[in-house]
Amino acid sequence: MEILVCVKRVPDTAENEFQLNSAGNDLDRDDLVYSVNEWDNYAVEEAIQIVDKVGGNVTVVTVGDSESEEVLRREMAMGANNGILLSDDAFEGSDGKGIATILKGEVLKGKYDLILTGAQADAAAGQVGGMLAAMLDLPYASLVNKIEVESDTTIKVGREIEGGNQEMNEVDLPCVLSIQTGINEPRYVGIRGIRKVAQVEIPVKDAAALGIDPSSVGDAGAKVKRVDYFVPELGAGAEMLEGSTDEIIAQLIERIKSKGGLA
Amino acid sequence: MTQIFVYVTHVAGVADDIASEYITAAKKIDPAATVTAVVTGSGADLDKVADSLTSKYAEVIKIGNEALAYPNAEVVRKALCNVLDKSAVVLAPHNTFGMDMCPGLSIKMDSAFAADAVDFEGVADGKLKLVRQELGGAVSTHVACDISNGAVITIRPGAFAPIDAAAGGKVTDKSGEAGDLTAKRRFLEVVQAEVGDVDITKSDVLVSVGRGIQEQENIEIAQELAEAMGAVVSCSRPIVDAKWLEKSRQVGTSGKTVKPKVYMAMGISGSFQHMGGVKGNPYIVAVNKNPKAPIFQVADVGIVTDILEFMPALTEAIKEM
Repeated sequence: MEILVCVKRVPDTAENEFQLNSAGNDLDRDDLVYSVNEWDNYAVEEAIQIVDKVGGNVTVVTVGDSESEEVLRREMAMGANNGILLSDDAFEGSDGKGIATILKGEVLKGKYDLILTGAQADAAAGQVGGMLAAMLDLPYASLVNKIEVESDTTIKVGREIEGGNQEMNEVDLPCVLSIQTGINEPRYVGIRGIRKVAQVEIPVKDAAALGIDPSSVGDAGAKVKRVDYFVPELGAGAEMLEGSTDEIIAQLIERIKSKGGLA
Repeated sequence: MTQIFVYVTHVAGVADDIASEYITAAKKIDPAATVTAVVTGSGADLDKVADSLTSKYAEVIKIGNEALAYPNAEVVRKALCNVLDKSAVVLAPHNTFGMDMCPGLSIKMDSAFAADAVDFEGVADGKLKLVRQELGGAVSTHVACDISNGAVITIRPGAFAPIDAAAGGKVTDKSGEAGDLTAKRRFLEVVQAEVGDVDITKSDVLVSVGRGIQEQENIEIAQELAEAMGAVVSCSRPIVDAKWLEKSRQVGTSGKTVKPKVYMAMGISGSFQHMGGVKGNPYIVAVNKNPKAPIFQVADVGIVTDILEFMPALTEAIKEM
């Protein structure tokens, strides 16, 4: 099975405290720690496990600048066979549809049986996989937490739905799936693994190579544009307890008692 | 004047709460908008939900077909594409169904798409200004969405106050316009979540752990606090993903909905998916070493510190009481 996994380099929510820049219209990105989108690691792991069972290749692809190469190498260190970087100044400022349009260009150049994305990334929209599928007229399932390869033409797919229940579907191949965390346990990637793929050549493709009209992507093609960032004031917020640990604990116990949380 | 279609999800003929929340959302988009509710399904359930919506909406469109009995996103998308005006604004819930259907619907309708709106600030020059969150709720953004050629927008369940408008509307049956509903993805069954050894929904006090617990061995620290408090340990999604606790202990929209008296959020950042599972207005205690964690905005009392040091100290103090 030929599997394409779409990945993204994102600010790491576990490693950063997000601040606005002095103009207040963007994040202060100078000291941000970036890593591969958490959901994408599960997608790559799933692809590798499928190929281990039924054979084939895993290709990882991303849309970004030269810095995005590092996330491709990380996923190749996990075991992806190939990496492709889609990069062009014309791609900058793309909305979800723009990113899906760029990825579609690459999908049409290859011959993939299965295309995976993470269920969502830093913008938490969860949109690219569903858009890509619709553009290609392929079936799609989101929030996938189980994949069983049944034959060359169909797979059985479990989706995580409300309440922890699982919706089972049969899906024709080729198809696009967005992968939910928890579907597997992504393997650890050590420094040695990264070193092994450090010299592997990663092809870079621009709009012309992908046959994409530059005006259909990037800022020019975007119908949805972020205007600014802000930190919302949601209600009064918590009463913050301060002081020594003993003082804090005494205050906290008193409050929990009054709310019926301690006898 | 904006034309807005709101897609109402329902279970066994009963409309989801989102049906009343759309009314507020639509008013915030355009107070003069024409708002039409749309329901799909089959049989008596569909008739029941369509009729119930006439009390809230002047216009209700129902699309009935055996193939729509279970809301398979691909099939619903096809039906909506054939029935709805492509230049309109379509609202749907940002839940596991809306996430499944709406990005593709926007492509098929050649509309703009925006996900998980938590507020709207009106339309100017064909652009709808909306508010959404990024990076796990750490920051919010204003987004300008060009709706001049139609838009599909998912809204966050619970983000808009429900309104019970009195409409006295009518149902229009558009089942005949649904078109070809064959699909390349076929629904098989829903597998119910496993029942765990502990029922977290029955406990008055929950000690709930998140990423801040750092390692599997540290779960024991939370167990000890829970024991001292007569509470039960629950958790957020990353803990289940890491297989440190069973799925039946997960609180959130993709886990259990709990209604305790006191909710101890230990090292939990407080994403909306997690807080969506905390109901009944409990007293929320948040302990997190990140002072900017969103949990502090919804908690009643907050402490900025490392839970691995704080929990054992609290356990000792409670034992000495």
